[in-house]
Amino acid sequence: MAVTLDQPLASSALPRLLTLRTDRRRTLLDRFMRGLTVAAMVVCIIPLVAVIAYVTINGLAAINLDLLTKPPKALGVGGGAAAAILGSLQMVSLATVMAVPAGILSSVYVSEFAGTRKAAGIRFAADVLAGVPSILVGIFTFTILVLPFQQYNAFAGSVALAIIMWPIVLRTTEEILALVPGTLREASLALGVQRWRTVLSIVVRTGFTGILTGVMLAVARAAGETAPLLFTALGSRLINVGDWQRPMDALPLFIYQNARQPYPVLNAQAWGAAFLLMLFVLVVNIAVRGRSMGRRTY
Amino acid sequence: MAVEVGPRDSGSSPSETPLADGAAGSPVSGGSATGRLSIEHMSAYYGAFCAIRDLNLEIVPQAVTAIIGPSGCGKSTFIRTINRMHELVPNARVEGSVRLDGEDVYGPEVDPVSLRRVIGMVFQRPNPFPTMSIYDNVVAGIRLGARRPRAELDAIVEGSLRRAALWEEVKDKLRQNATALSGGQQQRLCIARALAVEPEVLLMDEPASALDPIATLRIEELLGELRRLYTIVIVTHNMQQAARISDVTAFFTMDEGRAGYLVEVGPTRQMFTSPTEQLTEDYITGRFG
Repeated sequence: MAVTLDQPLASSALPRLLTLRTDRRRTLLDRFMRGLTVAAMVVCIIPLVAVIAYVTINGLAAINLDLLTKPPKALGVGGGAAAAILGSLQMVSLATVMAVPAGILSSVYVSEFAGTRKAAGIRFAADVLAGVPSILVGIFTFTILVLPFQQYNAFAGSVALAIIMWPIVLRTTEEILALVPGTLREASLALGVQRWRTVLSIVVRTGFTGILTGVMLAVARAAGETAPLLFTALGSRLINVGDWQRPMDALPLFIYQNARQPYPVLNAQAWGAAFLLMLFVLVVNIAVRGRSMGRRTY
Repeated sequence: MAVEVGPRDSGSSPSETPLADGAAGSPVSGGSATGRLSIEHMSAYYGAFCAIRDLNLEIVPQAVTAIIGPSGCGKSTFIRTINRMHELVPNARVEGSVRLDGEDVYGPEVDPVSLRRVIGMVFQRPNPFPTMSIYDNVVAGIRLGARRPRAELDAIVEGSLRRAALWEEVKDKLRQNATALSGGQQQRLCIARALAVEPEVLLMDEPASALDPIATLRIEELLGELRRLYTIVIVTHNMQQAARISDVTAFFTMDEGRAGYLVEVGPTRQMFTSPTEQLTEDYITGRFG
C-alpha cells in the first residue's frame, strides 16, 4: 500500500542560504528587543540612583550633632531636627502598636476562618484602602480626631499612619499565611491542639519571618508619609515627648517646612533630615530583603 | 499466592493468636481491652458526594489493621472519620456511628480536640513543624495544650523517641531543627510526636509511601514493636506491606457511584491466601486496582 505524503510546504523548499538570512534578521531583532529592555531598566534605575546620590551628597554635609540633638531655635534660624526625629519615632511606634496586631489578627481571620467569599470581600476592602490617596486618610482623621477637639494632635497623626499601615500588614501577612502548608495545620489539629492555638503557634509561627517583613515594610512606609500628618499632627518647633493631645513634629513635615524657607541653613537641615529618613527606609528594606532571601522553603 | 505473614521474630507473642482472634473481633489475649473501635452503619460525605457508604467494621484492639483497596475507595476518608479530621473539610459530614470502647466519638458531648489526643494520626508525608527543634516537635501536642514541668517533658521526649526507634539517632541533637532530619527520620519523629500525647489508637495514612525502601523497612519494624501497645489502623497502597505488618486486613473498593465500601475483612493470612470474596482475590492477585 502506497503512502502519500502531504506536499512539502513552500518555505521548506526555499534555498538554504535564504533561510539563513531570515535567521540573521531574527537574531538582530532579538538583540534589539533585548537592548530595549536593558535601556528601559537603566531609565528606571537612573532616578533611584540619582535620588540616593543627591540626597546622600547634600544630606551628609548637613548631618551634625546639632541636627540630631537640638530642636529648631525658637527665634531666628538654626537648631536641629530633634523634635522631628523624636516625633517620627513616637508616632510611627504608636501607629505600629495599633496597626500590626489589628492587621495580623484580621489576616488570620481572612486566611483561617472566613469563607472564600468573605475573605475576598475583606481582601478587596484592604486593597481599596491601600489605594486611597494618603491625603484622604489625613482629611478623614482630621474630621474625626482633630475637628471635634479643635486641636491638632499627635494621636490623630498616629491613627492616620495606622490606617495607612493596616492594609499593608493585612495583605502581606495573609499572603504569607496562605503559603503555610495545610499539612502543618492538620498535623497540629491531629495532635489534639485547639484551633486558635494551632493558628497562633503553628501557622503564624511558621510564617513569622514573612509577617515581620510585611510589618517592617509598613513601618518604612508610615515613616515616610507626609500627607496624613499635615493636618493631624501638624508639626511643631517644640520637642514633644508623650503629649498626644498636642501637635508633634515628624521628619517628613520637617523636610516640608524647612525646604520652603528662604534660608540656606534651613534648606541644609531639610537635606539632612531627608538623608536620615532615606537611610531609615533603605536600612529597613535591605534588612527585610536580607531576611527573606536565603530562607528555607517549607 | 503465598504470602508470608509478617516478620514476627521480635516474638513477644505468637502471631497466630491475634490472627485467629481477629476475625471474631474478640480482645487480644493479654492486652488491656481499650482502644476498641466499632464502626456501625457509617457513611461519609463530601457535600453531596458519598465517599463511604454504610460501613460496618470492628477494629481489634492492640493489633494492626491494614486498610487496602484501589485509589479513591475512601481508605483515607475512613481513617479521618475515626479521629474526626474528616469534618474539617468544608461541607464534609458523617452518618452512623464510630464507637471507641463503646462511646460514640460523634456524640454531642465529645470534644473533637480531646478525642484527637486519644486517637493519634500519622500522615502520608512527614510533616514536622519546621520552626521547631526535634525536642519541641515531640512535645508539641503536650506543650500546646498545657504547661508541664521541664523534667516531665524531658522524660516524655526520651520515651517517645525511644518508642519511635529514633532516640539513638537524635539524642545528641535534640535542639537541632527537625527539618535537618532525613525523610524517614522525620516520619519517625512524627510518630514519636503522635505517641507523646499517649494515644490509645494510632491512625496511619500511608506512612511509608513517601519514603525510600530502607526507611520504609524501619517504619515497618517500628510497627512490629508498637503493635501490642496500640490499636493501629494503617492505610496502605502496598499489599506486600499489608501482608507483612498487619494482623487484620480490610479490603475496600468502590461501587459505580464511586462510593467506597468494605468488601471483606479478615485475618491477614486468610485474606491473602483464601479470601472469601472474588473481588478481594482479583485485587490481591493484581487483576484490577
